[in-house]
Amino acid sequence: MSGTGGPSLIDSLFQRTLDDLIKGIRLHIPGASQSTFISKSLDEIRREIKSTDLQTKSIALQKLTYLHSLHHIDMSWAAFHAVELTSSSSFIHKKTGYLAASLSFRSSIDVLLLLTNQLRKDLGSNNQHEVSLALECLSVICTPDFARDLTPDIFTLLTSSKSFIKKKAIACLLMVFSQYPDAVRVCFKRLVENLESAGDNNAQVLAATVGVFCELATKEPRSYLPLAPEFYRILVESRNNWVLIKVLKIFAQLGKLEPRLAKKVVEPICDHMKRSEAKSLVFECVRTVVSSFYEYEFAVKLAVEKIREFLMDSDLNLRYLGLQGLLLVAPHHLWAVLENKEVVIKSLSDVDRNIKLEALRLVMSMVSDDNVVEICRVLIGYALKSDPEFCNEILRSMLSTCSRNVYEIIIDFDWYVSLLGEMARIPHCQNGEEIEFQLIDIGMRVKDVRPELVRVGRDLLIDPALLGNPFIHRILSAAAWVSGEYIQFSRNPFEIMEALLQPRTNLLPPSIRSVYIHSTFKVLSFCLHSFLLPEEGVNSSLIKVDDIEPGFTYSESEQEFTENDHATSYSSMHKGDTFTQESIVNVLTLVITSLTPLTESHDVEIQERVRNVLGLAQLAQEEICSHHDQKEKMVDKVDLKTSTIVRLINEAFSEDLGPIPFNAQERVPIPNGLVLEDNLSNLDSICADVQLPINESFSLIKPTFLPTDGDSTSNQQNEEDSEVSAAESTSLLAEHRKRHGLFYLPSDTNKKASSSFPPANDPKQGDNDVEDLVKLTEESLVLKRKPNLSRPRPVVVKLDEGDRLPITVKKTDENDDLISGAVRDVLLGNEATSHSNNPSGRRKGKSHSKDKVENSETSSSSKRRSKHRSHGKNVEEKDENSEKSKQKSGGRHKSRRRADGHIDVAVQKPVIPDFLL
Amino acid sequence: MIHFILLISRQGKVRLTKWYSPYSQKERSKVIRELSGMILTRGPKLCNFVEWRGLKVVYKRYASLYFCMCINQEDNELEVLEIIHHFVEILDRYFGSVCELDLIFKFQKAYYMLDEILIAGELQESSKKTVARLVSAQDSLVDAAKEEANSLSNIIAQATK
Repeated sequence: MSGTGGPSLIDSLFQRTLDDLIKGIRLHIPGASQSTFISKSLDEIRREIKSTDLQTKSIALQKLTYLHSLHHIDMSWAAFHAVELTSSSSFIHKKTGYLAASLSFRSSIDVLLLLTNQLRKDLGSNNQHEVSLALECLSVICTPDFARDLTPDIFTLLTSSKSFIKKKAIACLLMVFSQYPDAVRVCFKRLVENLESAGDNNAQVLAATVGVFCELATKEPRSYLPLAPEFYRILVESRNNWVLIKVLKIFAQLGKLEPRLAKKVVEPICDHMKRSEAKSLVFECVRTVVSSFYEYEFAVKLAVEKIREFLMDSDLNLRYLGLQGLLLVAPHHLWAVLENKEVVIKSLSDVDRNIKLEALRLVMSMVSDDNVVEICRVLIGYALKSDPEFCNEILRSMLSTCSRNVYEIIIDFDWYVSLLGEMARIPHCQNGEEIEFQLIDIGMRVKDVRPELVRVGRDLLIDPALLGNPFIHRILSAAAWVSGEYIQFSRNPFEIMEALLQPRTNLLPPSIRSVYIHSTFKVLSFCLHSFLLPEEGVNSSLIKVDDIEPGFTYSESEQEFTENDHATSYSSMHKGDTFTQESIVNVLTLVITSLTPLTESHDVEIQERVRNVLGLAQLAQEEICSHHDQKEKMVDKVDLKTSTIVRLINEAFSEDLGPIPFNAQERVPIPNGLVLEDNLSNLDSICADVQLPINESFSLIKPTFLPTDGDSTSNQQNEEDSEVSAAESTSLLAEHRKRHGLFYLPSDTNKKASSSFPPANDPKQGDNDVEDLVKLTEESLVLKRKPNLSRPRPVVVKLDEGDRLPITVKKTDENDDLISGAVRDVLLGNEATSHSNNPSGRRKGKSHSKDKVENSETSSSSKRRSKHRSHGKNVEEKDENSEKSKQKSGGRHKSRRRADGHIDVAVQKPVIPDFLL
Repeated sequence: MIHFILLISRQGKVRLTKWYSPYSQKERSKVIRELSGMILTRGPKLCNFVEWRGLKVVYKRYASLYFCMCINQEDNELEVLEIIHHFVEILDRYFGSVCELDLIFKFQKAYYMLDEILIAGELQESSKKTVARLVSAQDSLVDAAKEEANSLSNIIAQATK
């Protein structure tokens, strides 16, 4: 009998079987009762698994494996018992043990080492099913240790007379290589032999070998170029579709590296494409041709024909693949997509979402600057009809395609901006964030579009219905910011003011509401400025040119609109009539009545901004109303305190905001004495009870918010002594501008960048215009293809470095490098020697992978084989030796490999063509 | 290469899982949850491929079971569909018109068959006959071992140890 804790004989005899367990689980309804049953069974298993009776143990482990694989019960604790069972002489116990191991073992399990010996024993077993079990298990749980220790055993199995074992050993190699790249040196030659000796009625072995090469070649194809003749032979001779598909995949990789190879294989691939009945093979041919051999016109034509057949098929799978094929053709042969345009567009309304997505990608691949307007029109139509999810998918891809490379394909920004406005009105639109970003980004980058931008913003703001939709709050925030920042282009600032202050704005979240209020501030100061100092608005250009007041400058855009643009100059004249005493008083009343309740707001941002606006409004109201009766107000207006303040504020706002490069932060010089990498651990205790702001408003407008802080102090103070505060506020504002200039204007540390984005108050304004003109003419020359273009593309400000975050280049796996390095050693090391030995290039194609000794041998093939086997043993022994002295020779080893690699590069080029052509 | 295989019932119950790429236990549960949510909701007459986390999942429904295999983007989808069909045919031949219950109660058998069809995420045997032969050979080995274990003398030996 077993010990005290173990199960009794009764337990063993009446042990619950796997069937009982499964039935029990099925009887209990999922939920609490089922999980109690499972945990009860687990307790039983824990007890039973300790039994000395292997049968009891085996059933316990089986039950545990079941629970693990289907109910995700942890079974790492039972690893030892699984290992114990694998060593049983009974096949059923061994099998149960191995199944448990392959399903549950992970490299972190510490008993893995115990399994090594058992695996070695089973790999060498006479019973092929035991070998199979061990290989099966190894292929799943292989670790570097296993791979290193068992490489010799697998190496032996590679020449097994039983193809059942051989194919499994070969498949196992892939895992072994990836865990222990040095195994390549030992086993690679035998792997290649299996590729060559494919003829001998052994399709499965060949399939396994090709499968391994296919996986290896996708990771790093270059090393396998020397094997191209073998693959070519298989491509031409094999009639096994599984193998052919893999070989095609290999050629898709190799063809990209070696154009001459492409020339050679394109014909047989086309033959397969024409001949084969199997759709999987045909599709693989199509994919290979269009992705790697797209320079061969006839092949591509054939492939496109096949794609068309797929597209016309009633089988949805084939249609999906057809679209995928088209997507692969698109970059090099757009005509193929255009030819099938109707099918693609029709697929946009397919029942299957995956097909719709694929079609959408295709449509986006067709987009160019000629057809972007038309395509977007069609897509908006589809978006309106589609379900919300797909609608957003459409919008998302439109937004990302149009904004690619700083709006590269957009010529007519007025159209694009109105398209963005239209998108916002689509009921399901959930892309608020991106639209918000683009509206502001375009506003800052493209000066010419600002009037249209303000119009679009106005249309959005004025619609009270939109405020109820939380998805577009972000867009409204952008609209509010745009309307405030570029208010000078507005036809009716009062209307915008009303829109910004409408009662339903209380539906907005605080962060966005504060943007609204800040925009109110800008609009108000603009209205007051236009009313109090109208001559400055008109004559600004004069002032500018004469440079009467240094530092007092208007934004470039404003200058433009007074000087050049007819439409806006009309509106400025119109404005003169608009800003009457009465209207201004009305605006002030509106501002004060609607904002006063908000001074009590719980949100600090809102409260702060509201007080700023109210400060200005109340001051202005007091003064303007008191002067209401006087007739000669024109004289007075200029002398008012308000005028002074408004002038100062407007000055502050008149500076243009530009896009901010992502590395702007880096350009900020670190002040002396500031240690950036100081430990901030004590910050946590300070900030513990401070709540972070829930929603950070967009970073781009931050610089504009900050100056108001300066204002706010001045506004609140200025009722007491305005003189001082006014001066103070200017200095504060100037200070802010100066400081924040760093964030959005390139500092002079980088000359290159500063030339790409001229600051608004550049004294050499005139020169800049000329430069712009030159740029424009250049661009219009480039865009010659479109004669119907009504006007040239506006200048889009680009930053030299990093408009968006830089993309990190994906590094290749170090392991792959090691594998391919070893492969090159094995293959090309032989290449080089055999090359010098063998005068005939043709013969070498057959024997290139055999080693030097064999090449000089002219005896029969059987003799060669035995010779080779003994050579293999040598390698094995050598490897073991090297393992023993691994510590010592490791460094040498590596350096040798590296040196070989260098030679390879030189050797490779002249060697390959010999057996290809 | 096939990263993993899932058999999910129409009710979302997992019937078989095999992972050829390393996934931790936590990831496995997450993957199963995500994919069953994605695949079970798809209508009946749609295409058999879904894109998922930069990979592709090929699935096919047989009776009440969904057979799903996850492959790389550049792998051949139609080939994998054929592998699924191959697997189903072999199961069918072995159990004699296979049903979900067979897989539930003979779960280890299903694994053994799968292991003869695929190894290291690659197809290793495309002949149904060969697989059937191998599986029955193993079965007879198992039966022999079972018989021996269940013999009376063995039980007595255990009891008197």
